[in-house]
Amino acid sequence: MVTMFGVLMITLLITIALVGSNMDIILKQGIVFQVRTEITEDPAIAQSFSSVKEFEAFVQSQIDQRIQILGLDEPWYSPQRIGITMYKILLLDFGNATFIISDSGSSDVKDIILEKLPRTILLFTTATIIISIIGIFLGALSSSKVGSVVDRVTSSFAIISSSFPVWWIGMLMIFLFAFTYQIFPARATPDIPASDPGYIGALLYHMTLPLITIVMIGFGSWAYLVRNFMVGIMQEDFIMAKKTIGINQKKIIYTHALKNAAPPIVTILALSLSGSLGGAIITEAVFDWPGMGRLYFEAITVMDLPIIIGSTYVLTVFFLVSIFIADLLYGYFDPRVRTGQ
Amino acid sequence: MSSISPQEIKQEFLKSKMGIAGITILAILVGISLIAIITIPLETFQEWNNPGHWISYPKVAIPIWVNLFMTEKIPEHKILETPNIQMNSQGNVLLTSHQFGFNYNYDEFPSDFIYEFSSEYSGSPLLQMTVIRPDGIKLELITTSLPFSNSKTIHSERIFSTDSAIKKNLSLQSEQFAFTLDKLSAEDIVFSKTQTNESLKGNYIFSIDVYSINSDVLIPESKLIIGGKAFGIMGTDELRRDLAVGLLWGTPLALFIGIVVAISSVVMGLLYGVYAGFKGKKTDETMMRFNDVIYALPVLPFLIILSVTISNSIFVMVGFLMMFGWVGIAKVSRSMSLQIKTRGYVDAANMMGQKDSKIILKHIVPQLLPYAFASIAISVPAAITTEAGLSFLGLGDPSFPTWGQILHDANIFGAAARGLWWWILPPGVMIAITGLAFVFIGNALDVIVNPKLKR
Repeated sequence: MVTMFGVLMITLLITIALVGSNMDIILKQGIVFQVRTEITEDPAIAQSFSSVKEFEAFVQSQIDQRIQILGLDEPWYSPQRIGITMYKILLLDFGNATFIISDSGSSDVKDIILEKLPRTILLFTTATIIISIIGIFLGALSSSKVGSVVDRVTSSFAIISSSFPVWWIGMLMIFLFAFTYQIFPARATPDIPASDPGYIGALLYHMTLPLITIVMIGFGSWAYLVRNFMVGIMQEDFIMAKKTIGINQKKIIYTHALKNAAPPIVTILALSLSGSLGGAIITEAVFDWPGMGRLYFEAITVMDLPIIIGSTYVLTVFFLVSIFIADLLYGYFDPRVRTGQ
Repeated sequence: MSSISPQEIKQEFLKSKMGIAGITILAILVGISLIAIITIPLETFQEWNNPGHWISYPKVAIPIWVNLFMTEKIPEHKILETPNIQMNSQGNVLLTSHQFGFNYNYDEFPSDFIYEFSSEYSGSPLLQMTVIRPDGIKLELITTSLPFSNSKTIHSERIFSTDSAIKKNLSLQSEQFAFTLDKLSAEDIVFSKTQTNESLKGNYIFSIDVYSINSDVLIPESKLIIGGKAFGIMGTDELRRDLAVGLLWGTPLALFIGIVVAISSVVMGLLYGVYAGFKGKKTDETMMRFNDVIYALPVLPFLIILSVTISNSIFVMVGFLMMFGWVGIAKVSRSMSLQIKTRGYVDAANMMGQKDSKIILKHIVPQLLPYAFASIAISVPAAITTEAGLSFLGLGDPSFPTWGQILHDANIFGAAARGLWWWILPPGVMIAITGLAFVFIGNALDVIVNPKLKR
């Protein structure tokens, strides 16, 4: 647990270090712009000064004052500022976003993330679950008939699909099923407001094309992995023994062998569940899916530090928690690794 | 795992169909890279993002070979650069005549025609452009005088088919045609049959005559462009760029990125893991904790932040990819070196007082080499697709456009919605084929290294 917490903090520190200086420059420019527009909008202020020099000095003092209020006079790497930022993050207070606002109009980072996160989880978790179910059964099937047509088709499909970028297949799918044959919408963002009762239905309909794409590219390599684990296990002595006793092949595969292949499979499942959230950035960009990935990308292009930190935090927490859960499950399925007592 | 000699690996590898297929594809890709480097100079490729360089190419033209499958031939874009030059002098009038002859047999009209030239003269020469059609009719297109100059001057100009003077000249010759020319553009008239407004197939000769008095006229650059809707082997994109150039040059770039990233991250991971495993105890613990930290970083988000804030140069990007690539390999090679460490000969070497570095390099690393080769081959596609993904998001190096960037542009200009398949398909297919070559090689090696998978 200590390591995981350390990792989380290091990740956040690196993120702040990378975007901090750019962010400061952008914020300072924003303040200068703000002060200048306020003054030009109110001619009375300009008239109350006798010389240009005096006026410029006033503007500069206004700018300095605001910079000081926001604490921007100290560099981003000053212990004080980093300390405050980290402390706030620990309390799950990510502050307000600089540019991006949520669909409901809030600029609180927490609101924005809570709005986008369920959509990403909806799409990618559904996809990962479908992939793993298809993958496990296909893998078990092809491992029971090594060298058969099913096995060869699965293996070659796995190898071929693993070298295609998902987002490119996404473009092709949009090209084929959204424009050439107009079955699914091209943009995955539903065009009705979130308050509409039909929103869920629209969201699911818009989700179909990305879902099909992700599943299509994903299940092959899953099946291949499961097959390889199973082939290894099927050569173990206890399976041989069960075969000689005369237990039916199907029962051996789906109860005994699969249970023994479970630890690595569960680990991969946990890792790919959280990994899919990180990989969502490009896929969401292609399908224009309004989730975390697109939020992250938008935040980086406009350098919205609070959002970047918040999203990195969420992504890292998900990843760490799933590593932790994977470890626990590994111990549950495979008692040999339970050590330390 | 440890008892396979290089010869055995080679033999086994040559037996595997997959390995052969992978090597063949790789050889073809290397061939393409060499062709690209030799035939297309790097300077041309670096003009990729300079719209001025591509001005004489057509917009979103379909590949030429599509015509093979079409009954109605799509007009090809023609850039004629080698005119038939004749010089005549009559008294003090000098006539320089450039003639462009070509065969036009398409069922549609060309989209336009442009004459592009630069000439060196003094005085004010007269330029006359005429066309002789397959049916023998000669049409006057334009007569214009070049800007006057007392001394020698160089003048460059483009004469477009949309020029109002051409339109006017053609309407003066409307008695040749059986239909009204009012709403037709110049190219629809010049390339039309006289009875109906359909394209007339056959040999056309465009001739440009420059008359000058008492002075020489040199036309060092003379180019006639017949605008069409098909061009090159791979077509062009919205910004008129020849996609063949981008695709060809993408090959060496992708191979460079993939191979450099894979080799260096595997070497790094291998040495790191072996050292940690060999040293054991505190060193191992600290090194593996550091490994865990890197492992837990979200890779893609970090790559995006790095390329936005630090640099998007292709070489820096290679470095970033390396930073995240070595982690998994370090883990595996650590556990492998833990096993090898316990063998007798390592103990013996240790007792003989050999240096740590020597034991690692001479006794442990060679044992891991088969595994290392397999991991290099397997990690190449990941590096290529990650780079392509970053480029696709628009974070790539603009001075070295890759396949990912071509796809990025395709996405920006809505190629999918407009049905521009030749802009979307080839770059992705190239990425996939390159990945496939290395996956094949990697899998073939993997089967040899892990004999368990064979059955």
